[in-house]
Amino acid sequence: MKTITANRLTDGRVVYLTPEKSWTEDADQAVRLEDDATDAALETALRDVLTVVGPYPIEIDADRDGFAPAGRKHVRETIRLTGPSAGSTKLGGAHV
Amino acid sequence: MYKYDEIDRAVLDARTAEFREQVQARLSGALSEDEFKPLRLMNGVYLQLHAYMLRVAIPYGVLSSEQLRSLAYVARTYDRGYGHFTTRQNIQYNWPALVDIPDALDHLAGVQMHAIQTSGNTIRNTTTDPFAGAAADEIADPRPWCELIRQWSTTHPEFTWLPRKFKIAVTGSPADRAAIGVHDIGLRLVKNDAGETGFEVHVGGGQGRTPIVAKIIRDFLPQRELLAYLTSILRVYNLAGRRDNLYKARIKILVDAMAPDEFRDAVEAEYDASRGRALTLPVEEIERVSSHFAPPAEGEPLTDIPTGTAFARWRAVNVKPHKVKNRAVVVIPLKAPGATPGDASAEQMDLIADLADRYALSEIRVSKEQNLVLPHADKAALGDLFRALDGAGLATPNHGRASDIVACPGLDYCNLANARSIPIAQAISTGLHEAGLDDATGDLTIKISGCINACGHHHVANIGLLGVDKAGEEVYQLTLGGVGDGQAAIGKILGPGLSADDAVTAVIACVRVYAEQAQPQESFTQTLNRLGTDPFKEAVYGA
Repeated sequence: MKTITANRLTDGRVVYLTPEKSWTEDADQAVRLEDDATDAALETALRDVLTVVGPYPIEIDADRDGFAPAGRKHVRETIRLTGPSAGSTKLGGAHV
Repeated sequence: MYKYDEIDRAVLDARTAEFREQVQARLSGALSEDEFKPLRLMNGVYLQLHAYMLRVAIPYGVLSSEQLRSLAYVARTYDRGYGHFTTRQNIQYNWPALVDIPDALDHLAGVQMHAIQTSGNTIRNTTTDPFAGAAADEIADPRPWCELIRQWSTTHPEFTWLPRKFKIAVTGSPADRAAIGVHDIGLRLVKNDAGETGFEVHVGGGQGRTPIVAKIIRDFLPQRELLAYLTSILRVYNLAGRRDNLYKARIKILVDAMAPDEFRDAVEAEYDASRGRALTLPVEEIERVSSHFAPPAEGEPLTDIPTGTAFARWRAVNVKPHKVKNRAVVVIPLKAPGATPGDASAEQMDLIADLADRYALSEIRVSKEQNLVLPHADKAALGDLFRALDGAGLATPNHGRASDIVACPGLDYCNLANARSIPIAQAISTGLHEAGLDDATGDLTIKISGCINACGHHHVANIGLLGVDKAGEEVYQLTLGGVGDGQAAIGKILGPGLSADDAVTAVIACVRVYAEQAQPQESFTQTLNRLGTDPFKEAVYGA
């Protein structure tokens, strides 16, 4: 299962595509896509050039109730989701 | 310090205004992201994992107290109250919004600062010895030459679209605290048999995917010929460097492919063709620029000596000799146990600026080890300086010691990274402290990079860690024997990759081997060369 993520144009914050084709910082509101629906969603996201930068699909864990990045990039996407795990400006931070 | 003239100010004001328009054009849709990206990168604006990152140039690592306060202001106003000092003597802000960056740049322009050429395939900020103009072992002050290179290279139209980024380092000291051996061009100030000062020219060094130590292509270059010769090197590279493969585009690959002798012949031919023209520096111009870097006046002798061992330890480790009587170089490590290497809060920056005003002629330096330096401290004030720094947690006596760890931002912040660096550095630092090893060794460098781009300089660390992605997991390669300053050497991989926890344990084990088996006054590299890698392998991987 996949979703679409990007960085917001105005401030670069991590956002996720919603089922309504808007963008949210709340990953729990992210659209959940079967693999064959990913290309069409990505195409829509790529057209939203005044809202986001560089949208791309990521794998998520279909077996989890909450939002959980999966696959080879799960560490990177978990850090994007929850913030830096370290550094002076971490807020909460990732636990991966 | 160099002061901008009217031309400098006009160029910077125009550039800042231009970037404001470019940001507005992107926000309105007049510029696409593909069109905007190279423009923002030329102005130091990256898009990282969580936010935009603004990299501000600190020319050859030299700051006034006023500039440091402005950096603190930007940290407080546009970031989360911190700045991150980098291995290239710059500062990065990890959280600015794109819409705010033009205002931040306006503020910085008011104190002669900008982010121009902190990214892109162009000549980046020239780096040098953080003790320049102060070091007792210096042959000549490298700062005037760095400033001349800055003026020549900034917005140089011929070198704005090089095959790849280009880094120049200059040292005025035989000790080479600028790591000239691992730069695209390294310049060492030397004296010839006639007693004249000139440059030994090193070319084709670098780290990254293909670490190579630079080759000397000229033993002595007269000072006035510096810009003509640099131009010749850049022209050969610009024409012959590869543009078809990102990983083979640096000058080190070209020098290696041509062979150093052939590369030197090409540079000399270009230089012969242009010699004696406009790029030969007028003596008056050298003198004009040098006048901005006059040595400081003598200080006062130290009489107020705090009692106890803490001051003595701090003075022995963090205070270095100065060429001027009753002045001292004071290193301020941003490396308290468990701290994030290179991070400074706005309050810490303001405090250091105040201390520089009060005790050190209002000047601060940034080192490639991600520390700050007061290059011209008054010896009489060392006691007051120690008390003030200690009170702010800035007097950890570990400059050049095991816990003075260098680390790139890694996967916690950087879009290119494959693995985290900061938590590894913090865990090693804490572990060394708890094991009593942070104070038990001689000079030793530990450096960590979160990817092969090697911003953490792991290749030239005595003990290096490189984070890699192995089937979706963070794995760390351990290298031993690298050297950055002086006779540069690339570290060698000790054995199989390690998990994050094991990498921390392994580094501490290597430090312990050194602490226990080093002979008096022996450096880590000397111990490694004497013992070989076996005791370290055994400590890390078992018998």
